[in-house]
Amino acid sequence: MKYTGSVIKYGDNVDTDVIIPARYLNTSDHKELASHCMEDLDKTFVSRVKQGDIITAGQNFGCGSSREHAPIAIKASGVSLVIAKSFARIFYRNAINIGLAIVECPAAAEEISEGDTVEADLDNGIIRNITAGKEYKTAPFPDFVQKIIENGGLMQAIVNEAF
Amino acid sequence: MAMTMTQKILAAHSGRESVSPGELILADLDLVLGNDITSPVAIKEFAKLGKDSVFDKDKITMVMDHFAPNKDIKAAEQCKMCRDFCGEKEITHFYDVGEMGIEHALLPEKGLVTAGNAVIGADSHTCTYGALGAFSTGVGSTDMACGMATGKAWFKVPSAIKFNLTGSLRRYVSGKDVILHIIGKIGVDGALYRSMEFTGEGLSSLTMADRLCIANMAIEAGAKNGIFEADDITLDYIRQHGGAEPVVYSADPDAEYDEVIDIDLSEIEPTVAFPHLPENAKTFGSIGDVKIDQVVIGSCTNGRLEDLIAAAEIMKGRKAAKNVRVIVIPATQQVYLDAMEMGLLRTFIEFGAVVSTPTCGPCLGGYMGILAAGERAITTTNRNFVGRMGHPESEVYLASPATAAASAVTGRITSPWEVMGK
Repeated sequence: MKYTGSVIKYGDNVDTDVIIPARYLNTSDHKELASHCMEDLDKTFVSRVKQGDIITAGQNFGCGSSREHAPIAIKASGVSLVIAKSFARIFYRNAINIGLAIVECPAAAEEISEGDTVEADLDNGIIRNITAGKEYKTAPFPDFVQKIIENGGLMQAIVNEAF
Repeated sequence: MAMTMTQKILAAHSGRESVSPGELILADLDLVLGNDITSPVAIKEFAKLGKDSVFDKDKITMVMDHFAPNKDIKAAEQCKMCRDFCGEKEITHFYDVGEMGIEHALLPEKGLVTAGNAVIGADSHTCTYGALGAFSTGVGSTDMACGMATGKAWFKVPSAIKFNLTGSLRRYVSGKDVILHIIGKIGVDGALYRSMEFTGEGLSSLTMADRLCIANMAIEAGAKNGIFEADDITLDYIRQHGGAEPVVYSADPDAEYDEVIDIDLSEIEPTVAFPHLPENAKTFGSIGDVKIDQVVIGSCTNGRLEDLIAAAEIMKGRKAAKNVRVIVIPATQQVYLDAMEMGLLRTFIEFGAVVSTPTCGPCLGGYMGILAAGERAITTTNRNFVGRMGHPESEVYLASPATAAASAVTGRITSPWEVMGK
């Protein structure tokens, strides 16, 4: 899979409470969740995010609550990919399960700047910062996880009897 | 190959002799849990499969605890969706208002988890049941849906950190202080993707309430699970609560751990985590004059009877400081009833506290104690992220029931030792 977009950059320990505050968890409507995405961390996110944008972040992105509403809100906002130094484990599996592309790449997450245009080719494990002309290598997903992604999420993989 | 406790349980649940860290496995589940916030998403995902029934109606549980009794119309719709699904699928363990409690206090009390089980829950604090010697971990709603349909979940076998406990806790110090101390030491991602395994001679001095509290917050260090080696205290608890036959897994003597951390329980002091991360742990030498507006005693971390007893001991015969709102939330109906029969509710009310029906309510900024901009709360809950209990400019300080109660007496963050002596 290939992704190209402009970067919105955050720091370490972005928790799922700031990605989607619990006061909005009385719904599971994707668009409504997206309309409050990042609200307690970055009030400008909703107005400036564009289809295809890429989020970069530091350590432990998505820590805290297991709410799947968090990756749902990010995906429904139009974000195509999240690159972080590391992900909290529940967020990591939730993102894979719902088909939000994510990748761990500490060097890329550190060096890529807000507003840079980035192209990622996850099949071949390459992230290119087009603005800065720099390239990073990432580890490919294990086969099992790749199967989930290829099937468009965990439920579809089960329907397709992929395992 | 030598295995940790967690690895042994995962091997047994995936039909293998042994597993090693990093391996991806599909494990059989003994219990799949959801609540009124995460289950609606799971129910929608489940519907995509077009299956008429769940894998086992006795091995799924839904607890209406987060926004129940319903805080608004949307919350009511979500609970209704769960209620209808559980009715239609004949789910045995559906807990609604009147029977429900905060899920992670309720399930052990109802005997739904036993030692050696593999459990997933669409709630991050599902790691609580590690206190019973089970492998138990939080997942999202899609994993819950998959679990309900197939009885299975995929896992990457974790490596582990071993916590070797020695000594015993001092008076007015509890499991909450231990886990805040540990998170302060290793950080909010200190155990990322890994197990936290608790063992050592100090275990015997920890009550089940202490252990449930410590395992509950393993997620706050990023851990996949926290697990306590089951001993007589665990087995007695499981028997008393009518749990299924326990299977005790001990780590192999030569099991490999990424790290071994020694914790002398007798050195732990009352500890408070400052905003806005649970790793910002401080002890009273370095806590200045921090005035508070609200105190919350409750939650899946600290809403058990032992927690209420600890708070009531300090509140008895005293009054809440002026302009401090004190909210006490027994975690389950049974805890509520026991607290009533012990006279604790009278102590709380005479102190000036309100006592609520069980709910997660204020812990996640849902309802029943939301903070305004600039307000501060000391609470026995588990997270102090930005906006966790209300306005993004409010502040949450995490502490034990004893420290929260002592702070309610003075109106500032206060050690129980200051009010009660050592």
